Amino acid sequence: MSVFNQSRKNVIMLVFIGMFGIILAQLINLQVFSSQYKIDADNQGLFRKVIYPDRGIVFDRNGHAILQNTVIYDLMVIPGKTKGTDTAAVCRILNIDSAEFHKRIIAAIIKNKSYRASVFEPMLSNEKMAKLNENLYKLAPGYFLQERSVRDYPYEAGGNIFGYLGEVDSNILKNPKYQGYVMGDYIGRAGLERTYEKVLMGQRGIEFWKKDNLNRLTEQLENGKFDTAAIAGQNMFTSIDIELQALGEKLMENKLGSIVAVDPKTGGILAMVSSPTYKPKLLTGAERKKHYAELLLSPARPLFNRAVSATYSPGSTFKTLQALIGLHEGVITTDTRVSCSGAFYGCGSGKPMRCLDYGTFDLRNAIRLSDNTYFATVMQRVINNPKYPSVDSSLAVWDRYMYAFGLGHRLGVDVPSEYNGNIPTPLYYDKVYGKGRWNYCTFRSVSIGQGEVNTTPIQTANEMAYIANKGWYRIPHLIDSIEGGDQFELLSNFKEKHNAIDIPDSVFEAVHDGMQWVVERGTGGGAKVPGIAICGKTGTVENYYRGVKQPNHAFFCGFAPRDNPKIAIMCVVENSGRFGGTYAAPIVGLMIEKYLNDTIAKNRQGIVDKFEKLNLIPPRIYREMKTVDSMLHAKDSAYLLAKGYIKLIRDTMEIDATDEQEILDQIKKDKDDGKKDEQKKDKDEKLKINTEAILPNEKKKPEVKDSVM
Amino acid sequence: MLVWLYALIVIFGIVCIYSVEYKSTDDLWRTLTGFKKNYSKQLFFFAACSVLAVFILLTDSKLFTATSNISYLVGIVLILATFVVGKEIKGSKSWIPLGFMNLQPVELCKIFTALALSKYLSMPEMDFKKPKSQLIAAAIAFSPGILSILQGETGLAMVYFSFLIPMYREGLPGFYLISLIGLGSLIVISLVLPAITILVSFTLIALGCIYFLRRQFRRNRSLLTLIIAVWIFSSLIATLGVKVLMTKVFKPYQAARIYSMVGKTNPYIDINTANLSAKDLEQIEKDKRRAQAAQNYNVNQSKIAIGSGGITGKGFLKGTQTRGDFVPEQHTDFIFTSVGENFGLLGTGVLMIVYLFFLLRIITIAERQRSTFSRVYAYSVAGIMFFHIVVNICVTVGLAPVIGITLPLMSYGGSSLLTFTILIFVLIKLDADRQMVLR
Repeated sequence: MSVFNQSRKNVIMLVFIGMFGIILAQLINLQVFSSQYKIDADNQGLFRKVIYPDRGIVFDRNGHAILQNTVIYDLMVIPGKTKGTDTAAVCRILNIDSAEFHKRIIAAIIKNKSYRASVFEPMLSNEKMAKLNENLYKLAPGYFLQERSVRDYPYEAGGNIFGYLGEVDSNILKNPKYQGYVMGDYIGRAGLERTYEKVLMGQRGIEFWKKDNLNRLTEQLENGKFDTAAIAGQNMFTSIDIELQALGEKLMENKLGSIVAVDPKTGGILAMVSSPTYKPKLLTGAERKKHYAELLLSPARPLFNRAVSATYSPGSTFKTLQALIGLHEGVITTDTRVSCSGAFYGCGSGKPMRCLDYGTFDLRNAIRLSDNTYFATVMQRVINNPKYPSVDSSLAVWDRYMYAFGLGHRLGVDVPSEYNGNIPTPLYYDKVYGKGRWNYCTFRSVSIGQGEVNTTPIQTANEMAYIANKGWYRIPHLIDSIEGGDQFELLSNFKEKHNAIDIPDSVFEAVHDGMQWVVERGTGGGAKVPGIAICGKTGTVENYYRGVKQPNHAFFCGFAPRDNPKIAIMCVVENSGRFGGTYAAPIVGLMIEKYLNDTIAKNRQGIVDKFEKLNLIPPRIYREMKTVDSMLHAKDSAYLLAKGYIKLIRDTMEIDATDEQEILDQIKKDKDDGKKDEQKKDKDEKLKINTEAILPNEKKKPEVKDSVM
Repeated sequence: MLVWLYALIVIFGIVCIYSVEYKSTDDLWRTLTGFKKNYSKQLFFFAACSVLAVFILLTDSKLFTATSNISYLVGIVLILATFVVGKEIKGSKSWIPLGFMNLQPVELCKIFTALALSKYLSMPEMDFKKPKSQLIAAAIAFSPGILSILQGETGLAMVYFSFLIPMYREGLPGFYLISLIGLGSLIVISLVLPAITILVSFTLIALGCIYFLRRQFRRNRSLLTLIIAVWIFSSLIATLGVKVLMTKVFKPYQAARIYSMVGKTNPYIDINTANLSAKDLEQIEKDKRRAQAAQNYNVNQSKIAIGSGGITGKGFLKGTQTRGDFVPEQHTDFIFTSVGENFGLLGTGVLMIVYLFFLLRIITIAERQRSTFSRVYAYSVAGIMFFHIVVNICVTVGLAPVIGITLPLMSYGGSSLLTFTILIFVLIKLDADRQMVLR
């Protein structure tokens, strides 16, 4: 029978070969012509693990590391592997109850499933770490420790300088400037961390890992053949003297205000105190968010960097500049004498500007005693100078001087959130009063640094550097150099000398004389330091808050030593009351002494202690603190969340200091809903920490303010 | 010759299982002898099978003919026994637990069926042209498969179709096979196309045939009857038959697999949903999609793994997909994916050629047998292996619905390796005695 059907062998063989051919064709199709499968395979089988480099270290001018990194640990958990471990022990070590324990485990499972690791407790304290280390062998393999690099601050000073890191948010992710950041990354949100983000961040590395079907990383692809190594951030050298900074913060304790000290030769910032400040450590570590919210809501506004963001009327410190302009314009000489019979009557009767010292003064003595009439007259002569066809043009000339002195515009400091300040322009007065309807007498208070003039502390310090250098300044900055070179050209602006108007040295000599006399036998005697020739100028600034007159701001600015100046400095103590010489001058004196002598004489140590204890925070702040506290306690977090406050807190991390104020305002606004109109006005006023800088019209213009001394 | 090919494929299989389970931290020697990992177990199975192979080669060939009927009966009894003592593994209650391993009688019964069929067809007075003997042969070949379908193990049951190959070789009219294939393609078409399209096109084809063949009808009346009969039958299958098949014969998951093969969702799954609320319908829709996704997951992952191998593959132990456990059942039914990913088209192509060579070699051996028993048996072995190889690889490359069927000699599993070892070595022993006339 087999004989008959032998040919069927071939049929069967053909079927076999045919079927194998079909399969082979499909294999060729899959493996050669379909590229999608390779992409799919890489997508699901490979993981690009981003390796974060250490951020750069920051050194002060003496080589101390003032901002560095340290390693802390997160306790991680893989819920699927915790069977058999002693739950009670975990709770005991971490000091949590079993309900909290279960909550965290469930949160971990929801977030990362039970077979992947999740953070159980982030950023362990040293104490918990010590306890854990002893017991870790009992908790394995369900629990383990994971390293994490965080910022460390060896000196508890300079919070406002360094800034802080925060998680990136949706605003940042949308910004093309910050390309490459992903959710969960940390980024510099303020201070140096923000300005020099690119430098400090370094270059991220990438490791390719294989992962399995449950998204667990299994091993490195080809032992890291395709990986790129992370490059650590560049180290930076600041001009800060950390000990001087610490002293400044100590002196400003329990006060609102600021100290800015600059090296006039280089423009390097020696110290930049904004008070109240915060310990920089508060904004790293586990409690970061809680502390941030507290700081943000504090009415004293510790996160607000007063040194660059607060604007004040400069008060009498402004008179030195009037003297420079007057001398250079030739409307006065050093010997020009103006007498004060009690007030400035140059604008007719009306409301005269008072002066305290009756008598007749030449320039040096006018500076020494801060004579209002003298400088009102000087500015009157500048503005009404027949050399210029109109008030418009003469004010424009005056403005040009002010711009040359670094006022009225951002200096370009390497600290974020710098403010413009304000120097009134003809255009501005045209807008307020109408064209041709204003003259010198309309704005005479500007001559003594009140009214529409506004400066930031850094501008005032820079102005002192300008005077100390006899006619030039370099933009104040924190960073002197970057290790490995300034790749992003961030420092190039700081090399340039700014001397827009050439003023002869002789003019400066006269002003220096006056300023030296201020300290030696004038209004600024409190700044005197034995053995150092200090030039200075006091200022006592009237100010209003919500239309109510507040205690005066105390100002003192100066430089030292007179020949070959090494430090230009300014200090403002807000609402201290009394005169500039009372509170601000001694602080400046101590700072100068510390910087030039490297120490404070034993017999003067007492002044430091006295100032450290001196509390000049106005009662208004304490009242507001109470309101915020009660609000925070009365309204639980759910309510705040519903109202959008908590979200606001998170979203505004990036935004400048003003917005913090807005949150505060909004909370207050919601609180007393009824007085909406009034509140709005308040808000506008409150945005400016100083006083009414911009006066809407003549009627509303407050009394012409006198500056005393 | 076959022995060497056999050993080559089995060792290559172990290598592939190793590549699936390999972890860079493992100490090869310790795990290989540790008996914990699948590849070390498979190595042990291989050793055991080798011992068994030696015993088979030492046996007298007459033993196989003598015991074929009784062993077939034992096999049937074992399958029946699973109804009582069966252990459920992966959805089918077709396993008998033996302590050290689980035995699947349907798997073993392939051997007994092959022997019994050979015995029957080699009977001295056999006339395979008689429909009666064809029916008996079919009964012998298919009854284990039918029993196994009743247990819910469809994949293995379908292997018994492969006995059509030796039967065809022994004279089963080609008409049967053609109509069977025709029926199969008819079902596939009716799955893909809507019933009305099929009805219309069938009617058009029938009318066309009648028109062109109208001259012939005078001479051959039955031709017209045949055309009309085929037309009525096909239409019935296309409209009602498939529906009955999908709703009554197959379980929903099987129907879903078949539909996913042709790229469709099962339209009969919600056959009784007319009076359900919108919410329920939504839920059903969701379940359906989830089931669909799960079904497609296996095939998708397998295609990704094979496709990502490219021409030369990623290199031994360098596959990301096989190592990441993305492909389910990777060491058993989907072992071919690790070949595809690690060794690429070169690897899969060479493996296919080795298998094809193996099969053609068996056919050559079959044709040189003097006794019908040996020849039928050899064709049975070739048929079974062919079916296993083709269906398994078609599943992994997405040409067939997911059917749980092993790749001969490569897939992990003692039961499967044991069966194929016996099948092949009995053949080798019979071939060694090919001068004897065995009945």
